[in-house]
Amino acid sequence: MQWEVVIGLEIHTQLATQSKIFSGSATTFGSEPNTQASLIDLGMPGVLPVLNQEAVRMAVKFGLAIDAEIGQHNVFARKNYFYPDLPKGYQISQMELPIVGKGHLDITLEDGTVKRIGVTRAHLEEDAGKSLHEDFSGATGIDLNRAGTPLLEIVSEPDMRSAKEAVAYVKAIHALVRYLGICDGNMAEGSLRCDCNVSVRPKGQVEFGTRCEIKNVNSFRFIEKAINSEVQRQIELIEDGGKVIQQTRLYDPNKDETRAMRSKEEANDYRYFPDPDLLPVVIENAFLDEVRAQLPELPPQKRERFQEQFGLSVYDASVLASSREQADYFEKVVSIGGDAKLAANWVMVELGSLLNKLGVDIDQAPVSAEQLGGMLLRIKDNTISGKIAKMVFEAMANGEGSADEVIEARGLKQVTDSGAIEKVLDEMLAANAEQVEQYRAADEAKRGKMFGFFVGQAMKASKGKANPQQVNQLLKSKLEG
Amino acid sequence: MALERSDVEKIAHLARLGLVEADLPRTTEALNSILGLVDLMQAVDTSGIEPLAHPLEANQRLRADAVTERNHREAYQSIAPAVENGLYLVPKVID
Repeated sequence: MQWEVVIGLEIHTQLATQSKIFSGSATTFGSEPNTQASLIDLGMPGVLPVLNQEAVRMAVKFGLAIDAEIGQHNVFARKNYFYPDLPKGYQISQMELPIVGKGHLDITLEDGTVKRIGVTRAHLEEDAGKSLHEDFSGATGIDLNRAGTPLLEIVSEPDMRSAKEAVAYVKAIHALVRYLGICDGNMAEGSLRCDCNVSVRPKGQVEFGTRCEIKNVNSFRFIEKAINSEVQRQIELIEDGGKVIQQTRLYDPNKDETRAMRSKEEANDYRYFPDPDLLPVVIENAFLDEVRAQLPELPPQKRERFQEQFGLSVYDASVLASSREQADYFEKVVSIGGDAKLAANWVMVELGSLLNKLGVDIDQAPVSAEQLGGMLLRIKDNTISGKIAKMVFEAMANGEGSADEVIEARGLKQVTDSGAIEKVLDEMLAANAEQVEQYRAADEAKRGKMFGFFVGQAMKASKGKANPQQVNQLLKSKLEG
Repeated sequence: MALERSDVEKIAHLARLGLVEADLPRTTEALNSILGLVDLMQAVDTSGIEPLAHPLEANQRLRADAVTERNHREAYQSIAPAVENGLYLVPKVID
């Protein structure tokens, strides 16, 4: 049987405000436990929540960026449940009238096709505290520093059909919130968390299958693995004559499997009702216009511009546009080095693998955009070859200064003086007289490989500095001659 | 819609209220009389009327995004039944 996978995602993004959504406590990550938990965050009686304007602005920014209708009349509701990391006994959230309505986001798949994913809604709510189960025998430790951190929960339509699409969507949301400056996107610190709703159905069937929700998957890699293992579990279950039960599951990366969370017999009943502590929040048109005017160029626009302005492929353009820092870096390299395709290649390949190796982001790149741009100029004007450029790049990464300084200090300037190259070639050919004989005796078909040997020897003899095109040309005439 | 005894038990559980056996009939009756009032109100034609989110005719004032709270952990934790390493301790919960 052919199965179709259906995935919808709920992404919680912590908004990058200084203070909490309803109190004046700081939101700094990693502070001493409970030092950022005020009376409001602790749920003490008699306190009143007051909404943070910046949280509203950030949510609106997101809504405008995904072409969504902005809820101009907002109501906050209480979502009631008991858990020790939620001291009030309810979470202030939004139910019927969320701040961001239906919108959409385009994702680029690996083959370059663009797919539109629907966003059902996004609403403001407060984060809960953290429970630490490990370190206390018979007790759970509660840290309420995170309680009250503003969250924007972004709910997608069930529009994704594979784990890869789901990851592409999360990456697109991740890039977008970082472009907008509304979330730092740090998944390891829980700034962006993802719940995956997964179901399968026989290909061609219209109704959705029963879905399971995988809670809190916190890296791109785990999202893909968790979805794939859950899909496999559901298909095997159904093919063995079983039935998928709607439930919440957790992904265990060590075993690469999902397992059911221990859950109560009865379904959750959150008994939402409007929070009487908060008046309706009205968003004026003037405010919308103001926020709209602040929107930066967003990834899809940037991708299109890179394609048109620089003649890049869809794939290259979307990789480079995927983060604001990388896009800025790339544009700076182009503005200095001139050649956009060469710049794209160096940023994506050499710089990309260097950053990967060092495990740092592009804003901490050991080679600045100015340095890389300066090096591309030297490739363009034939001062260095592409091969030598890799050495120069490495030297720049080791803090040896600008490309020009490295080339000067290490004497890497390409030799383009044909007299000097000929001298090197003559010496090399004399040292390999036997091979020269063989080459001249060989037929055309075998010569190709043998010619490569001479080129290699010549480059080696010149320490890589001889201009490769000239070496080729001169060698050919000398061998034929 | 009249509540059964089992509904009341479920609601009490959700609200973490420990109702004693003897209170159940009385509570069921009281809740049903409240719901009776709701039923009466349901009869009113409210089509075209916006749901009321708050009785006050006012909109929420927003505050500037500024940190105004300082750390008072010692004071707050002095009334907690159990703390350790700055954490509030509660009976073990595992979900």
